[in-house]
Amino acid sequence: MLGRLTWAAIPLDQPLPLYAMGVVVLGILAVLAIVTVKGWWPYLWREWLTSVDHKRIGVMYFALGLVMLLRGYSDAIMMRSQQAIAVGDAQGYLPPDHYDQIFSAHGTIMIFFVAMPLVIGLMNFAVPLQLGVRDVAFPVLNSVSFWLTASGALLINVSLVIGSFARTGWMGYPPLSELAFSPDEGVDYYLWSLQISGIGTLLTGVNFVTTILKLRAPGMTYFRMPVFCWTALAANLLIVAAFPILTATFVMLLLDRYLGMHFFTNNAGGNQMMYVNLFWAWGHPEVYILILPVFGVFSEVVATFSGKGLFSYRSMVLATLGICILSFMVWLHHFFTMGAGADVNAFFGIMSSIIAVPTGVKVFNWLFTMFRGRIVFKTPMLFAIGFIITFVIGGLTGVLLAVPPVDFVLHNSVFLVAHFHNVIIGGVVFGVLAGYNYWFPKAFGFTLDERFGKASFWCWLIGFYLAFMPLYVLGLHGMTRRLQHISDPSWQPLLLVAELGAVVIFLGILCQAAQLYVSIRTREQRLDLTGDPWNGRTLEWSTSSPPPAYNFAVLPRVETIDAFWEIKRRGLTPVEPVYEPIEMPRNSPTGFIIAFFAVVTGFALIWFIWWIVILGLLAAAVTVLVSGWSDTREHEISATELARLEQARLGLGRPA
Amino acid sequence: MHDWPCATPDAPLGPASNARHRPRHSRLLRGLVVCAAVVVASCRQVGVLDPQGPIAAQELLLLINSTAIMLVVVVPVVLATLAFAWWYRSSNLRASRSSDESYEGRLEFVLWSIPALIVILLGGVIWIGSHQLDPRAPIPANANPLRVDVVALDWKWLFIYPDQGIATVNQLVVPAGTPVKFRLTSATVMNSFFIPQLGSQIYTMGGMTTHLNLLADKPGEYPGFSANFSGDGFAEMRFIAKAVSAGDFNAWVTQVRAAGSALDDAGYAALAKPSIAVPPGTYRSVEPNMFERVIDQTVSGSEKAGAGAAWCPPVQQAGG
Amino acid sequence: MTIATIDTVPTAVPTELARGRGGGGPAPKRIVVAYGFWIFILSDIVMFSGMFAAYAVLSGNTARGPTGRELFDLRNVFIETMCLLFSSYTCGLGALSAERRQSGRFLIFAALTFVLGAAFLVIECSEFAGMVGKGAGPSRSGFLSSFFTLVGTHGVHVTGGLLWLIYLVAQVVAKGLRAAVLRRLLCWSLFWHALDIVWVGVFTLVYLMGDFR
Repeated sequence: MLGRLTWAAIPLDQPLPLYAMGVVVLGILAVLAIVTVKGWWPYLWREWLTSVDHKRIGVMYFALGLVMLLRGYSDAIMMRSQQAIAVGDAQGYLPPDHYDQIFSAHGTIMIFFVAMPLVIGLMNFAVPLQLGVRDVAFPVLNSVSFWLTASGALLINVSLVIGSFARTGWMGYPPLSELAFSPDEGVDYYLWSLQISGIGTLLTGVNFVTTILKLRAPGMTYFRMPVFCWTALAANLLIVAAFPILTATFVMLLLDRYLGMHFFTNNAGGNQMMYVNLFWAWGHPEVYILILPVFGVFSEVVATFSGKGLFSYRSMVLATLGICILSFMVWLHHFFTMGAGADVNAFFGIMSSIIAVPTGVKVFNWLFTMFRGRIVFKTPMLFAIGFIITFVIGGLTGVLLAVPPVDFVLHNSVFLVAHFHNVIIGGVVFGVLAGYNYWFPKAFGFTLDERFGKASFWCWLIGFYLAFMPLYVLGLHGMTRRLQHISDPSWQPLLLVAELGAVVIFLGILCQAAQLYVSIRTREQRLDLTGDPWNGRTLEWSTSSPPPAYNFAVLPRVETIDAFWEIKRRGLTPVEPVYEPIEMPRNSPTGFIIAFFAVVTGFALIWFIWWIVILGLLAAAVTVLVSGWSDTREHEISATELARLEQARLGLGRPA
Repeated sequence: MHDWPCATPDAPLGPASNARHRPRHSRLLRGLVVCAAVVVASCRQVGVLDPQGPIAAQELLLLINSTAIMLVVVVPVVLATLAFAWWYRSSNLRASRSSDESYEGRLEFVLWSIPALIVILLGGVIWIGSHQLDPRAPIPANANPLRVDVVALDWKWLFIYPDQGIATVNQLVVPAGTPVKFRLTSATVMNSFFIPQLGSQIYTMGGMTTHLNLLADKPGEYPGFSANFSGDGFAEMRFIAKAVSAGDFNAWVTQVRAAGSALDDAGYAALAKPSIAVPPGTYRSVEPNMFERVIDQTVSGSEKAGAGAAWCPPVQQAGG
Repeated sequence: MTIATIDTVPTAVPTELARGRGGGGPAPKRIVVAYGFWIFILSDIVMFSGMFAAYAVLSGNTARGPTGRELFDLRNVFIETMCLLFSSYTCGLGALSAERRQSGRFLIFAALTFVLGAAFLVIECSEFAGMVGKGAGPSRSGFLSSFFTLVGTHGVHVTGGLLWLIYLVAQVVAKGLRAAVLRRLLCWSLFWHALDIVWVGVFTLVYLMGDFR
């Protein structure tokens, strides 16, 4: 009746997961209770859960990423703590069974459910505003994408409570991830969560490529688009081209596990090297999906807070597209040690170094933007400066690892771990936090508290260096990754420093939480009344904070790069606008409902409850069919209604 | 419209930053001292930083050279970032400002050339280095190479000496100064054979053979381990590579042949059962072509090679 | 204070901006929908190429089991290929009828397309059933796993396409050939033709070249 699900799946005999589960479940119940008691459900349903507004969806993605950051971080501090104390004879507090799940969950959650949602959230919020349009190309699909991502996140968290997670690392290499060596439900949790959220991400890619290429304000030619939109385009092209590879790879592994096929098994003609190739053919573009939008954020931030246009826009665009294409030609550098031979290794090593060229050019362009600018040290700018320095160091170690003989002694060591955290924290995390501080006033109408923002920056910066510089050294001393127990006591001092770093990062996270809390409490003192708190350059700053649902009552006519800066420069006086009726998409529960059935179906697939699988799939199909039948997805706002809304909002139409 | 003449006249920026200066200086100093101590403590020469064979030595040299090449760009960039951020801060009245940028082709050319030149140089280093240090390439030396077949099991290492007809578990004894020619495989999942002080690692994969050549310059004990996560016993999958003089090596081989059990099919089946932290041991004889037989068994066997109490049997799927 | 509104007079966009350099403003809905769906099809083709790659790697891994040459019946493959190719033709004719708002003719061509597509599926399913019956099922070897998955995934897409066709025919019957329905039919046709293109790849790489090994 319930497949292989039994009461034994709940870890009643293991205190740690039990307490964690208890805390999480109680927290969720508390939130639900508060919402119910205060009667917020209608508001939530109308304004958030069924919203297809890109601004709302962007905020929800970002919130999902921040919440999952807490889970991913808890895994990290547990790993650091275990490695700091399980030295020599000490066995630590996490047996291998748990430790293995924790590091697997840490990687999976941080990449798929923290970094991706944070980046996609920023793109969702800012891209249509920067393009001067009202929404993305397919708003309902956008909502479906978000809710499918949230479904994947939910499923992974369920693995904490019911059953166990994969014990293979976040990459899930076979044969370890095959049935023979991972017979339980862990790898299935991993595969189904990622397949479900992968569909969401792919739809986001399709949505944004179409939006950026086909939906821009009149006059906004390709070379007048903001750089953030170019980097978003490159990232979404990568999503469209790379995520299907992951889908295919996971389909194959699922077929191995569910139907006894032999894609990657040791026996009967399977080929585990093929998994590694396919996985990284997705995996390398994935990291560029994460970093390119962040490069775009920094381009915006550095230009705005230096009071100067970005140096060499053309070069930036060329570099972005160059990185986009090159990212597909380097994947083998993730497994130089698999024995491909000198010619193949050298080719991929050289290609990996070539990617450093456009990246280096971008760094120089940021520096020259700062040169002779008028730099204001708001929180986003601090993150930008911290990013340039930290990312460049991470890039150095990356190109170092791209030299195959060097990689032969550093592969899979904590030197590698330090490298990728260097570029992900120094790059992606700093970038999304900069973007968060930068666009928060646009989203909510008041700026974030500067002091806590700066405090969080310093904690993240110092915490990062404390946590990961020791790992570079330990990697050179011969420490490999994913060790549940440390045999060499001489490594312990540096591991303790790394532990300290993790604690300092936690202070940074606390500062962010405090920043949000304090900012909300004192928001009246920091209201953004002009819509342009930073003297920005791009079109989103021409709207109010927050913008109306339709963003622009009349689409702006663009004539230059940095369209809004040009408008300010020319000092245009407001003209009585001529309103025309506009069409806005209606809310839709489709995304939320599909996600619900996705969770149910995914859970049933993991536990082999076939009748629920069939019902869930049917229900999802019915939802799609019902939603796809209607032709009235939009509602019209008439010209008079629009005029009335704008007058109420802005006092326009009255004599100056 | 906007009152943004120059800087944002944010009150907190002025006095607060001054207030931070004084305590910041001594905190900074203390922090630097701690960092220096840690750095000095870390400069111990161990692991990759302590090469004991020509492969490891060349790889370390490559590492240092590549780092130095890149520091030529990285250090100025870091310094320039800090310098520009400081000098062009809005409160610095002495800094010259320009309004919007103008497109300067010559500067662009230089900006693209700098990383391009570095990368061209590195490209050469990569091509030559990859070929010189190809794991398959035999190491030129005076002595004849010693053949060792390596099998990664759960969670220990089996070393077969096909020419000597002996085998060991979790200890690798080789004569110093003699190149060792490894053939490697795994009886279970993907592992990676790695002795940092001797050089390159290489993956071991079920049903496949990888090749590696290493040489230990002088006698000594060099820790080795698996560098690819392989399951619950991974952290204990360690062994010692012991280089001894040629005479000592022959004596050791004789000694191994004199005692211990035989690695026949039954012995191998017992060994293949999952076990963690296996103490070093030896086998006085080995079935001929043991390595090839392990590969055959892995490829043609049923789902599990090496069944044991540690796992449940694979779940039978409905509709499979 | 008021926000600096942008010049809001919706003047026409000069043609040098509108053409080629993308300055013409948001594209009409029909183009946006078709473009987006085309991007989605490209992503689907990437997924298929992952499976093609797997097939190329594993096609020799027969694990001492049956090979392609022993199993493939090229006559049936030819018949099903012809069915699929003709269904693309009828699909095209149906699209033309739909554009001309001729619902009757459209429905005829849709029915023909459906029958041809279903014939393809029937032949393919019987091929699979025959192979499984001979002990050459997908769990026999890496080669067979990749064969069944590649060809089977294409078959799943064809099945989905046929179900979608029924759904769209229902919309046409219920609502007529209005703009929204036409847009969806356009997407469906793109999908169906793309499946044909993928099939050309499949029968070349799998069946025709498989006969060489």
